[in-house]
Amino acid sequence: MNAFGFYEPTSVRKAVAIAADHSEGKYVAGGQTLLAAMKLGLATPSDLVDLGKIPELAAITYDKAADAVVVGSMAKHAQVAASSEIASRIPALAHVAGLIGDVQVRNRGTLGGSIANNDPAADYPAAVLGLGATIVTDQRKIAADEFFKGLFETALNPNELITSVSFPVPKRAAYMKFRNPASRFAVVGVFVAQAGSGIRVAVTGAGSAGVFRVKAMEDALAKNWSPDAVKSIAVPASGLQTDIHASAEYRAHLITVLAQRAIAAA
Amino acid sequence: MTDTTVREKSTTAKSNPAAKPTGPIGQRLERKEDRRFLTGAGQYTDDVKLAHQSYAYFLRSPHAHARIKSIGTKAAASSPGVLGVFTGNDLPATVGGLPCGWLITGTDGKPMKEPKHPLLAQGKVRHVGDQVAMVVAESLEQARTAAQRIDVDYEPLPAVVDVRDALKKGAPAVHDEVPDNTCYVWALGDKGAVDAAFAKAAHVTTLDFVNNRLIPNAIEPRACNAAYNRADESYLLYVSNQNPHVERLLMTAFVLGLPEHKVRVISPDVGGGFGSKIFLYAEETVCVLASKQVGRPIKWTADRSESFVSDAHGRDHVTKAELALDKDGKFLAMRVQTRAAMGAYLSTFASCVPTILYATLLAGQYTTPAIHCEVTAVFTNTAPVDAYRGAGRPEATYVVERLVATAATEMKIAQDEIRRRNFIRTFPYQTPVALQYDIGDYDACLNGAMELADVPGFPQRKTEAARRRKLRGLGYASYIEACGLAPSNVAGALGARAGLFEAGEVRVHPTGKVTVFTGSHSNGQGHETTFSQVVADRLGIAVDDVDVVHGDTGRIPFGMGTYGSRSLSVGGTAIMKAVDKIVAKGRKIAAHLMEASDADVEFVNGKFTVKGTDKNVPFAQVALTAYVPHNYPLDKLEPGLDETAFYDPTNFTYPAGTHICEVEIDPETGETKIVNFTAVDDFGNIVNPMIVEGQVHGGVAQGIGQALLEGCVYDRESGQLLTGSYMDYAMPRAADLPNFQVDTRVTPCTHNPLGVKGCGEAGAIGAPAAVINAVCDALGVKDIEMPATTERVWRAIRSNANRAA
Repeated sequence: MNAFGFYEPTSVRKAVAIAADHSEGKYVAGGQTLLAAMKLGLATPSDLVDLGKIPELAAITYDKAADAVVVGSMAKHAQVAASSEIASRIPALAHVAGLIGDVQVRNRGTLGGSIANNDPAADYPAAVLGLGATIVTDQRKIAADEFFKGLFETALNPNELITSVSFPVPKRAAYMKFRNPASRFAVVGVFVAQAGSGIRVAVTGAGSAGVFRVKAMEDALAKNWSPDAVKSIAVPASGLQTDIHASAEYRAHLITVLAQRAIAAA
Repeated sequence: MTDTTVREKSTTAKSNPAAKPTGPIGQRLERKEDRRFLTGAGQYTDDVKLAHQSYAYFLRSPHAHARIKSIGTKAAASSPGVLGVFTGNDLPATVGGLPCGWLITGTDGKPMKEPKHPLLAQGKVRHVGDQVAMVVAESLEQARTAAQRIDVDYEPLPAVVDVRDALKKGAPAVHDEVPDNTCYVWALGDKGAVDAAFAKAAHVTTLDFVNNRLIPNAIEPRACNAAYNRADESYLLYVSNQNPHVERLLMTAFVLGLPEHKVRVISPDVGGGFGSKIFLYAEETVCVLASKQVGRPIKWTADRSESFVSDAHGRDHVTKAELALDKDGKFLAMRVQTRAAMGAYLSTFASCVPTILYATLLAGQYTTPAIHCEVTAVFTNTAPVDAYRGAGRPEATYVVERLVATAATEMKIAQDEIRRRNFIRTFPYQTPVALQYDIGDYDACLNGAMELADVPGFPQRKTEAARRRKLRGLGYASYIEACGLAPSNVAGALGARAGLFEAGEVRVHPTGKVTVFTGSHSNGQGHETTFSQVVADRLGIAVDDVDVVHGDTGRIPFGMGTYGSRSLSVGGTAIMKAVDKIVAKGRKIAAHLMEASDADVEFVNGKFTVKGTDKNVPFAQVALTAYVPHNYPLDKLEPGLDETAFYDPTNFTYPAGTHICEVEIDPETGETKIVNFTAVDDFGNIVNPMIVEGQVHGGVAQGIGQALLEGCVYDRESGQLLTGSYMDYAMPRAADLPNFQVDTRVTPCTHNPLGVKGCGEAGAIGAPAAVINAVCDALGVKDIEMPATTERVWRAIRSNANRAA
């Protein structure tokens, strides 16, 4: 690992100011991806701006006016998994967090870190997109549909900092994950939700451009919310990833199987 | 011919638990060593920091195969903190390549091809991770940074990573001097008899399969720390290794030409090896060599990524196997052709694994009268392949038990029945593939396993699972292994370039406390406890009054180390023989003290007693007398009580057993869940049942890993390792495994005093075949490739459905 500068700001304003002064610097949240990349020499930031000393970023609150759960970007996966606020309103979100990585990862990794990284096999993007969440940054609010832009790409500007994510409370929702036996990332993960604003089916792990929605399933579910409604809907394998763990064809099959199971569980 | 008639003559296994043990042998004692391991007091190689310590970093090849046009080291050498930069060009001409310890002679009568395995690449790199240069610096960071400044000009060459590709005409040659990539073609058995038997067979079962390549993944990576002492021109090497004396012998005599007595090798606590730490590797050898030149101790610890590319891997066979049967399902003959990967270079025991430790086990537990096996060993542009838990025997068991299970299905004979019809029941039994089994009771383990696995209840469980739309399957593996390696003369006749005895020393201190020095070396097996139990039992003293020292050539007379489940049967026997000498000398001392004749003194329960009287002296008093010889027969007997013994076994030991695996498969996703795994093994007598169960659990976990999860994948075009980290190489986790049901049956080994056979590898030997047999049973398919990943299972289900449609 190369030498780097290290900053621990205590407010969002200070963090953004430090980042602005260090063009080769990076924010570090839980460090579960960045530190590993640095150890392997795949990332060589000049400076790290640690977000761990900014208390408001870790808060989990309920926004009554919007009927949404607002999760701070530094909320750890274990914290989300154990939050009674989340368990009582969006249990599927707590479930997603509880399935990420292992105990060590869940005690370090954060919501903001995960979605800013936008790993195509990460779990959170499915929940954020599937629940139609809003990503709140130091500059603006970004709808989930506008946020994820491809493999490890997001709508964030350089140095733009995610402060929280607002998850509208759905009528029902569920997540089904098929784990990579080695990494425990999703080979396929399907998040389904039925909310006032409509029905969403979001898939992670499979898409060659990252997380995506399955309109055909959403339309079918709008008419008939049941596992059978999606049984014969197959996502074309052509847009899906093939790697040593799963072919595109197998992933396509799993999407349909997991969608049915998620609907049954929701 | 009928086995039932001779059955009465055979020794029948005792079932466990036997009568409650009275002495320490047979007790489930907690492991002595666990206190330090669990409280962080273990001392591993990387924990050792020497005065003036420096650190090494190895620059490794990014290419599977490339010519090195030039290496520029100037910039690296002048980097901050750098003490030395070493490349293949800097190695003295007197330094040899890494040796292979087993000479295989081919069917053509010629010795195997042994291309040089240089300590640092010379002219060419031959696999991803091949070591190219070593940088030594004040800190590891400085060494690593400097290594990035080494300028290697590579000319990439086409690579072969699969044995099938490597044997094709015109394939790239891994070594220019071996243009067909063939290390040897070797055969065992009577081909004529086999061909004749196949010609008259009522049924022939044929299977083509791959035994998947595995990466060992010891929790402690390889590490070393080498220091030169110019005061007495000696070297000290700390290294994470399973056999320090062998390491020293190979390094000094075959590679560096150093005087053996001037090198001390210490292997402190070792965090797992599974075979991968038997071998002499380049890294520690270069560190020893450089420690004199640099004049500083040099430490190297592999990082996990280096372990993946540079530890010797295991398995990697491509096999065609055939079994000929008569109309009643009696085995007539077996024919096996295997292409075995050696990797880019011959590792220390690479050549004997797919031959001596493989083809000799193809009789399994059965009376198959004729067996022929031909093995082609092949160089590939991959990490070397060598012994990994079971080493050849899991591959052999996989051949035999997949054939047997498939034949039973094809001939509609029950899985237990086909085994019973073919079991060996008279001992000793001479197999057609060189081994002579001394004893066993295969029915006992099969019956025990079937009972424990509740085989009669299986149809009901299968029906119940079907109601939940799940597929259930049951798989058997009745394995045998040859352990307790080995009679040196037999091994020598087969090509071994080393002896395979073991040494032990028992030092009784004046107060009657005992230190045992053993050439075996634990890499997690609990030797300190087991050996203490054995010695305490024989001497009638407390287990805590015995300490065990291992892993240090400076303190132990000699040692061949730990592999092939040999530590208790060979190392333990050497200790027992030393104890016998202690007792014999003690009797003379006691006889003198009691004014009796030696012949009248017996040693029972820790006391020397004059037969037929109540006259006795306790062991501790004899020990004290030996060191304070005031009243002592000094004219006839030396003082002191410290004895050494060497033991060379007269035969292998033959642990055997039956494993039964029950799986449940989700046909929609292809997920296989192991719902039950039963292992009933005959390891001979058992010293510590808890340690034995732990060994079985660990072995079964690794076997399940091979069957369902672990597969080392190199890209067939580029030769890059695609499973180079835990992101892609799937190790079994606790959640992947059921609670194992394990039990033992006992037929004591006939040729060692403890009657023990060894238990370290059995789990990894039996489990893969049991799991795959269960998966095939559940799916109703003939074969599925290991690891049987979810996608492979899903595809098998889909192609079945397509066939049915």
